[in-house]
Amino acid sequence: MISYPAPDQLPDDQRVVITGFGLTAPNGNSPAEFRAGLLEGRSGVQDYEIRYFGKTLAGICDFEVKRHQTRKDARRGTRAGSVGIYCANEAILDAGFDLENLDKTRIGVYVGVTEHGNVETESEIHEIKGFDYDTKFWSHHHNPRTVANNPAGEIALNMGITGPHYTIGAACAAGNAGLIQGLQMLRLRECDLALAGGVSESIHTFGIFAGFASQGALATHEDATKASRPFDINRNGIVVAEGGCLYTLERLSDAKARDARIIAEIVGYGMNTDATDFVLPNSERQAQCMRMALGRAGLKPEQIDVVSTHATGTGMGDTLEIAAVREVFGKSEKTRVNNAKSFIGHTMGAAGALELAGNLMGFSDGVVHPTINLDDVDPECDMPQLVKNQPQEIGQVDYILNNSFGMLGINSALVVKRV
Amino acid sequence: MAPEEIRTVIIDILGDIAPDEDLSSLDDAVPFRDQLELDSMDFLDIVMELRKRYRVQVPEEDYPALNSMASTVEYLTPKMADVVAT
Repeated sequence: MISYPAPDQLPDDQRVVITGFGLTAPNGNSPAEFRAGLLEGRSGVQDYEIRYFGKTLAGICDFEVKRHQTRKDARRGTRAGSVGIYCANEAILDAGFDLENLDKTRIGVYVGVTEHGNVETESEIHEIKGFDYDTKFWSHHHNPRTVANNPAGEIALNMGITGPHYTIGAACAAGNAGLIQGLQMLRLRECDLALAGGVSESIHTFGIFAGFASQGALATHEDATKASRPFDINRNGIVVAEGGCLYTLERLSDAKARDARIIAEIVGYGMNTDATDFVLPNSERQAQCMRMALGRAGLKPEQIDVVSTHATGTGMGDTLEIAAVREVFGKSEKTRVNNAKSFIGHTMGAAGALELAGNLMGFSDGVVHPTINLDDVDPECDMPQLVKNQPQEIGQVDYILNNSFGMLGINSALVVKRV
Repeated sequence: MAPEEIRTVIIDILGDIAPDEDLSSLDDAVPFRDQLELDSMDFLDIVMELRKRYRVQVPEEDYPALNSMASTVEYLTPKMADVVAT
């Protein structure tokens, strides 16, 4: 790791802050709605059915597509594109920008995705099945919908942004990875404003449900709202969800110059790789990743108020992450540990960005949202700092560490500071 | 299909392709692109929908025939003469 001065030792034009964010989650279509859902214990998981796979459960979003997109463009594009367009436009509004007066050559769009293209490919194969698999009936829209940059490109098209745009493919660490990319590009002066975070359209591909089911990692429960239960002894897998969250990131100097409302500063981040298994996480590497983020931030574990866990509700994944969290934060009595997937399921590429968003308002209200559905905590996953079922008011939240991990052993941790 | 039925088919396809447009005042003699926001991908949608719905093939060299509603209906009338309206 290249040594980098702690953020407070850096000049303002190397410090990166969050000045706005837009989101859609299965339990809310704005930061305020989402936060209220997390504090009220409101789940966004519902019964769901998808072709070939059949009945299952999912976190489903109901944002208003037409608010920022024509019906024609929504039809031509992808669900991930629509999610991204909604979140990006809402973030710009939240940050107090007038899009028309921004220099669009200097905006960068960095969107994390777990996967992209499966939805459209499955749809086309389903469609040509009706024509005896004659590829003359394969859509000319398939390629622009499935290129890996699609969600970021649709955002740029919609908003007239001519700076760089691309996606960051980082499995379920993608939301954090998008934010890290935005931060790095601001420091390198590749852009002056970064739209960064992650999106997920994954509930529209049957393959992800079928794949998790075959892996024995898809959650089932007679009550949809109880299905996503990280750390509970009766957890039985992942609830797949869609969603998105994009942030406006700016250099601190620029944010100050325009007298922006500064929500938080990204003071540290870490990304590393297990290099041990396709799917099974590695506690040791996860702990290293968290320590890397703390090191970059110049912080000790005892200074972190909230650790937002990645845990998805799988048997091994949750246990291994808690082992890593215990290793780093076990002696830090004040640190609180929570989990947003228990409310909304696993929003895949959006997870890191959305779960951070769910905690950000703790900076202003001093409350830590809980992990719900903890009816019987697994002793292997228990720790005194775990916030169970009810929110906790802790007075002041100064630092949040946000974990996001993914398949092929990709790990990310982000540290943000109250400003 | 009679020309008027073919026109109805094209209006229906355009309604799917360009759902934000008002098609009620479409002037059949004026090129589509002069009155609707259509691009080359949209015209390919018209070609694809004709193929999917009626197995009508429009070869690339004939694409200029899809310039306006009048030219489209004129072009498709012999091709769709044996298609039964549903």
